[in-house]
Amino acid sequence: MNIFINQTLVALHGSATVADAVAHVHAKPPFAVAVNLQFVPNTRYAVHPLQDGDKIEIIAPVTGG
Amino acid sequence: MPSTAPHSPASDALVLYGQTFQSRLLLGTSRYPSPAVLEAAVERAHPAMVTASLRRQGSNAAETGSSFWELLKRLNVPVLPNTAGCHSVQEAVTTAYMAREVFDTPWIKLELIGDDYTLQPDTLNLVEAAAQLIRDGFQVLPYCTEDLVLCQRLVDVGCQAVMPWAAPIGTGRGPVNPYALQVLRERLDVPLLVDAGLGLPSHACQVMEWGYDGVLLNTAVALATDPVAMAGAFADAVAAGRAARSAGAMAAQDTAQPSTPVLGTPFWHHDHG
Repeated sequence: MNIFINQTLVALHGSATVADAVAHVHAKPPFAVAVNLQFVPNTRYAVHPLQDGDKIEIIAPVTGG
Repeated sequence: MPSTAPHSPASDALVLYGQTFQSRLLLGTSRYPSPAVLEAAVERAHPAMVTASLRRQGSNAAETGSSFWELLKRLNVPVLPNTAGCHSVQEAVTTAYMAREVFDTPWIKLELIGDDYTLQPDTLNLVEAAAQLIRDGFQVLPYCTEDLVLCQRLVDVGCQAVMPWAAPIGTGRGPVNPYALQVLRERLDVPLLVDAGLGLPSHACQVMEWGYDGVLLNTAVALATDPVAMAGAFADAVAAGRAARSAGAMAAQDTAQPSTPVLGTPFWHHDHG
């Protein structure tokens, strides 16, 4: 299936989870994940299934005001 | 001489959501010339909290993410994550959840932008976002305008402090609506922190003299010629304004009053005409 990770189109196998998406981009802690604008706790990465067309955001700390 | 100590810093701490802070200055971490300057500025200012944000991994903003993370840990100052750049309630709420997990904190500076040009908060949806986050256990510090009714509604839904702007973010114009800010201070009895738009230490001192409980700023320090010195200047100004508020200012007079005693003045009422 095809999903978007930080707006980049990515092809993953049909039973992929959030954990697969995180591994695909080699995300380095600390980071957090949302799927289709819904927060996914890190305790659920391995059991949260992805669907074709899902939009995944992986975000990390930066400076801010 | 009798001892007079009406203002004791130790007993005049800032209290937000039951947590005590020894400083009334909150400092942003963005736009500094270098991480080293940021670190030195924080060490000079001793802020109550430092703000941080979240961006996509792999983006330019996050390229130095790991080093920033290490710097944050080294600073050992409480982190106040923000929801900068969010334009909807759902975006802000989701970002807050992500920030809570990453930074391991219930604090959130709630930013919900309604206009990209002025970065004015979305006043019509801010209360809904705040209410949801309060229900979910966050300690929300909402960035808002100086609108009295908006601020009251934020308090009504559980915000224990409110952060009105002085002017649009990054402008450094200082308080553009002094009347509204002073009325807001008179009408609300929760902690109020001025967030955004301050450019000079005198701006910070001014709002503290009006009775504001603290200030949050970033650009005024980060873009100064000497950010570290400016961080110290703002810290001193915030403390001076707070001390002046506690000391109680004299009432302004319409006519001159001699400060030197008149009795015994030599040559009094000599006619020089």
